[in-house]
Amino acid sequence: MRRNLPIFGVLTVLLVAIAIANPYFLEPQGFLAFVKRAAPLAILAAGQYFVIVSGEFDLSVGSLVTAEVVIAARLVDGDPGATWPVIALLLAFGALVGAVNGLVTTLLRVPSFIVTLGMLLILSGAVSLWTDGSPRGALSEQFRQFGRGTIGPVPWSALILGAVVAYVVWLMRADFGRTLVATGDNQTAAALSGVRVHRVKTIAFVLSGLSAAVCAILLGGFAGVSAQVGQGLEFQVITAVVLGGVVLGGGRGSVAAAIAGAFTLQALFTLLNLHGISGALEFTVQGLILIVAVALGTLQPSWRPRRRKPPALTS
Amino acid sequence: MPLDRRYVLAAAALATLLPLSACTTDKPDSASSPRSSAGTKKNTGDQSKFFVQADYDAQLAMRSKTATGPAEKPWEQAIDPQMVDTARYKKAGPYHLCFSNAATNNPWRQVGWKTMQAEVATHPEIKEFTVLDAEGKDDKQISDIAELQAKGCDALIVSPNTTTTLTPAVKAACGKVPVIVFDRGVQADCPVTFIKPIGGYAFGAEGAEFLKQKVKPKGKILALRILPGVDVLETRWSAAKIAFDNSELDVVGVEFTEGDAAKTKSIVTNYIQRHGKIDGVWMDAGATAVAAAEAFEDAGQPVPPINGEDQQDFLQKWKDAKLTAIAPTYPTYQWRTPIIAALKVLGGESVPKVWNLPQPTITQDNLDSYLKPGMPPLHYALCGCEDMAGYPQNWGGKK
Repeated sequence: MRRNLPIFGVLTVLLVAIAIANPYFLEPQGFLAFVKRAAPLAILAAGQYFVIVSGEFDLSVGSLVTAEVVIAARLVDGDPGATWPVIALLLAFGALVGAVNGLVTTLLRVPSFIVTLGMLLILSGAVSLWTDGSPRGALSEQFRQFGRGTIGPVPWSALILGAVVAYVVWLMRADFGRTLVATGDNQTAAALSGVRVHRVKTIAFVLSGLSAAVCAILLGGFAGVSAQVGQGLEFQVITAVVLGGVVLGGGRGSVAAAIAGAFTLQALFTLLNLHGISGALEFTVQGLILIVAVALGTLQPSWRPRRRKPPALTS
Repeated sequence: MPLDRRYVLAAAALATLLPLSACTTDKPDSASSPRSSAGTKKNTGDQSKFFVQADYDAQLAMRSKTATGPAEKPWEQAIDPQMVDTARYKKAGPYHLCFSNAATNNPWRQVGWKTMQAEVATHPEIKEFTVLDAEGKDDKQISDIAELQAKGCDALIVSPNTTTTLTPAVKAACGKVPVIVFDRGVQADCPVTFIKPIGGYAFGAEGAEFLKQKVKPKGKILALRILPGVDVLETRWSAAKIAFDNSELDVVGVEFTEGDAAKTKSIVTNYIQRHGKIDGVWMDAGATAVAAAEAFEDAGQPVPPINGEDQQDFLQKWKDAKLTAIAPTYPTYQWRTPIIAALKVLGGESVPKVWNLPQPTITQDNLDSYLKPGMPPLHYALCGCEDMAGYPQNWGGKK
């Protein structure tokens, strides 16, 4: 936990700044509304973390979220009875897209940047072909409950986020987590020491696909059907993960920090909005964070010895 | 050790961001600037550089005028038509019509495009209808227009992607074939007719005047816009700005939503939290109106007076939640008119030089006549398509 302190520090500073601008934020309801808003991105960040820490990218999540919401609206079509079957189908579809990304990346050795960029285009093309640019159907109130409703004072999305966080933290402490980080750190070494690299990476992509499905269920619930719901999410989520200190290229960073990165990004957007700053600036801010974070990441070797290098080389 | 890098990263992130958020708070038009006492300075910012007083006056005047033509077919009606003779274009059918479409990249254009195709299908004298979709790109539309001139079109319909950039291309086509422009205009006199609803000023004023009527003086108004810098949206806001500036209402924020429902909901939620209560919501387009209304519901507050547009989901919400609402429109039935106009021109019948179509507003009184069950959430009620072949399934609806 200690090594994640910086991002939590940034997050705390931002939260304090929000509370100063908007005292209502300190009340449970105000804070929970913020958690509810941040939950979809935080869950997506948890999924993206697995892929990034294994040394790959998943750019397809934004389009996947859009596809999932559009599919959900079309299949649910306002029918409460269809809610659970459709949720199961969405999760399966997310896992399938992730599996395809993972298998093409590992077995066919196509760089994941290209595979998932291709998947982004395939999904967005398929969605606009299928919907003719205008989504049909509607989500049932039961479906929307997860992104919109509350149990007592606590939003469903906060509970779902809690479950996801518990699961991913457990996963990273289990064998899978260790092999995943080892794969991202040095794929050859991991393979030589018996890690089934292809399998581990494919599972990482499947987890990312699943996180996109959960994110879609929450976002669709939060704001309803839209053909733009996932637009730009892939950049937001990568920014969030990088902001959490996870190193592009893999092998470094914790999932808790990645999730904190998502909260930080959301807090930042909230703060910008509270200060009446144009939403267009969000992209600029994201761009700055991305460049600064990655630049600092690459500066590191000449700065301090990395763990895997013999100290003699640098000192 | 990664430890240090993390700290540096965090510090750097803060260092980049905090000044960023700090230095912009003193913008004069920013929503965070302390609210002025009512009646002195308004928070609506400077008037848009797209604002043209004469157009504004003309559009506001047109709202109360009666259109000529068959009342049950508003797409054939015109307000203040100045007819032009088209005898020199007269030729015998059958005809080959061509259409350079700016894009079909949003639900409004999708509904319009389907309606236009259905209109074409009702005219046996059209033997061929050639269409090129510019996919929202000016450069593609310029080459599309050039390409269509070589296809032997009897008339060319253009829905320009942007006004200024497409003007030379349209001018070049004018010399070879009768040109009909609709939706957005061009800066040239050469098209035979330019078809449009009354326009953005009328749209924006309608919503703002409704709020002036329904919200008590000093009430807090939140204005939600999609994007800055788009002419057709800027006009909507400029008219609303004038209405708000001449009112006792307190515009507490003017925000850009990028047309994103989740973002809209967050912005509205933030404003409710900051101000405790928002008394009215003005929108420059209706696609995210439902999300805005839901933000109030989720905060446990009644939805204040709000304007949307003629999207199905908003009309449904309006009826179900008994909102105090109004829906100015930018009717999609205008996509029928260019086909009708082209056939008139080729038949030698005179047409209005500027074909101002009526631009109805949906109010509580006529809501039920516009709300059609079974249509998809982003359908536009003013499609004028209800009597056409293939309705409702071709528009995504259920029988």
